[in-house]
Amino acid sequence: MGTIAEEIFSKKLSRDVSAGEIVLVDIDVTMSHDNTTPLAIKALRNTGKPLFDKNRVVVIFDHVQPPASVESATLQKEVLQFIKKEGIKNFFREGICHQVLVEKGFVLPGRVIIGGDSHTCTYGALGAFGTGVGSTDIGVSYATGKNWFRVPETFYFDVNGSFNKGVYPKDLILKIIGKVGARGATYKACEFGGETIENMALGDRLTLTNMAIEMGGKTGLIKTDKITENFLKSRGYPYQEIVPKDPNYEKVFEFNVDDLTPQLAVSPKVDNVYPVEKYEGTEVDEVFIGTCTNGRIEDLEIAARMFKGKKLSPLLKTIIVPASNEVYFEAMNRGYIKIFMDAGAMVCNPGCGPCIGRHQGVIAPGDRALTTMNRNFVGRMGSDKGEIIIASPATAAATALNGKITDPREVI
Amino acid sequence: MGKVFRFGEDVNTDEIIPGRYNVTTDPKALADHCFFEVRPDFCKNVNSGDFIVAGENFGCGSSREHAPIAIKASGVKAVIAKSFARIFYRNCINIGLPIMISDELYDVIEDGDEIDVNLKEGKIKILKNGKELRSQRFPEFILKIIDAGGIVNFLKNHDIGELEDGI
Ligand code: SF4
Repeated sequence: MGTIAEEIFSKKLSRDVSAGEIVLVDIDVTMSHDNTTPLAIKALRNTGKPLFDKNRVVVIFDHVQPPASVESATLQKEVLQFIKKEGIKNFFREGICHQVLVEKGFVLPGRVIIGGDSHTCTYGALGAFGTGVGSTDIGVSYATGKNWFRVPETFYFDVNGSFNKGVYPKDLILKIIGKVGARGATYKACEFGGETIENMALGDRLTLTNMAIEMGGKTGLIKTDKITENFLKSRGYPYQEIVPKDPNYEKVFEFNVDDLTPQLAVSPKVDNVYPVEKYEGTEVDEVFIGTCTNGRIEDLEIAARMFKGKKLSPLLKTIIVPASNEVYFEAMNRGYIKIFMDAGAMVCNPGCGPCIGRHQGVIAPGDRALTTMNRNFVGRMGSDKGEIIIASPATAAATALNGKITDPREVI
Repeated sequence: MGKVFRFGEDVNTDEIIPGRYNVTTDPKALADHCFFEVRPDFCKNVNSGDFIVAGENFGCGSSREHAPIAIKASGVKAVIAKSFARIFYRNCINIGLPIMISDELYDVIEDGDEIDVNLKEGKIKILKNGKELRSQRFPEFILKIIDAGGIVNFLKNHDIGELEDGI
C-alpha cells in the first residue's frame, strides 16, 4: 500500500515498507560507465571481496566514446581488463547508458537499479526504482549484491491538459523545475501522473523522469500502464503492473499544459526558467541536440521535420548525437541522418557527445550553446566562460535555423 | 582548529571538479583541480585541517565521486552545510569524508574565520566569539559506516547484513 516508491520496496522485501525507513535490498542491476567504473573497481578491490554476481552488472562506455585523450583511453583500458577478467557479458558501447539499459530490457517494472550516474532516476518512466549513486556504492553492490536506501517520501506532479503545437514535454519539465527549484525536491521521489502523462509516449516520459534529479529528486516515477506494457511486450520483455495504492503524498503540485509555451533554462542554473520569448533573437554559437534527455527518435524527428530542405549556417556548430545505435539506425532508415547532413549539421556517433565537455563540441570562452541537455552548470560543456541554455529539441532546431534563439512556433 | 572557506548555496559537482579533470582516480591529482575554476585560491591556499562551509544543497549535480575525493585529498577536515545533495551525502559517508549539517553556521560565519570542530560530539566552536553550535545527529545505520571510516572499510570486517542489526 502506498506510493510507487513504497510499492516497489514493499514488493521487493515482501512486507509493507513506508517512507522514512532505511532498508537493505537486493540490487537487480548495477550500472556504471567509463567515467565511474574505474573508482567502482577500486572500491570492490578494497573490500577484499569477489564480484558477487557478474550477471547483474552492466557496464556502458558512453561518456567519452571513443576515448578522446590518452588519459581516458588508459582508464577505459583498465575497465576492459576488469570486464574480461570477471567475464562480464553486459558490456556495451552503443549509446548512452540510460537509453541502452531501457532498450536492452534491463529496466523492468518493480526492479531496483542503481547507476553510477545521476540520471539513473530516468528508469522510473517504466515503473522501476532507479537512482544515481557514487562509485563506492557501485563497488558495494559489486561485492554484496545489495545496498541500503532510505525509502523516500513522494512529491506528486498532477499534470493535465494537452500540449499546444510547438510545445513539448521538455518545456513541461523545465517549467516544473523552474517552479519547484533546483533543490525543491531533494531526497524525494517525484511521481508524475494525470491525463497529460497518461497520453504521453514512453520516450517523452523518459524526458520527464530523467530530469527529476535537477530538482534534487532521488528518482522520477510514472505508474505502468498500456503504454509501458506495449513497449515491453513488443520487445519480448516481461511486464508487471506497478501502480500507487492509496498513496500518501508529502506534497502535490498541479500543472496544466494548455497554456504552456516553449521554455528555456538559462545559465548557470537549471531552475533559471523563462519563456523563450524573453531571449528571442539572442545569438548562439552552438546548437546541440542529443543526450539521455532528448536524443531519442521522437526528438530527432522534430529536428528532421524542421531541417528538411534547409541550410544551416556553417558559422554555427550544429551537433546532433543520437542517443543509441538503435536510435541512429531508425533515424537512418527514416532518412533523418541525410536531412541533417544535407542541412549542414554534424552527426556524431551515439553517446553523451559534448554533454560533459570533453569532446565532440566543447565550447570556447564567450560561446553560447543552446542544447537539449539537462544541466547548464558553469564549465559543463567546456570553458567556464561559456554559457549553456537548455531547451526542447524544437527550440534547438528553430534556433539552429536562424543562428539565434527562436520560438519554434514561428518555424513549425 | 582550521580556517573556513565559505561557499554559497547549490555548490555543484562541476564547480568542485569539472568533468574534464575526471581523467584520473588519483586523489592528489584530483585535489590539484578542486574548485579550480570557480575559486582558484582554494587549491592554492587550503591547508590540512581547514573547513568548507556552505549553504543549502552542497554537492548537487553529478554522481562523480571525484568531487568528495578531491575535497578529502585537499586536506579538508569536514564540510559543514545547511543541507547536502543526496548522492553527494551518500558518497561522503561511503568514502569517509566527514560532513556536518548545521542550520546556523553558514549564516554567522565569514570566509577566513577559524573554527574548531568535534566530529564525534557534533560540536562546532567559532573562535572569534567563542560561540558553540551543534550539528544534526546521523541515524544509527549511517553512524556504523562513519565509525568504520567508510563503507569499504566496514565491508572488510563485516557482512553488509550487519548494517541492519540493531535498527
Ligand atoms: S548524456 Fe549527459 S546527462 Fe546523460 S548520461 Fe551522458 S553525460 Fe550524463
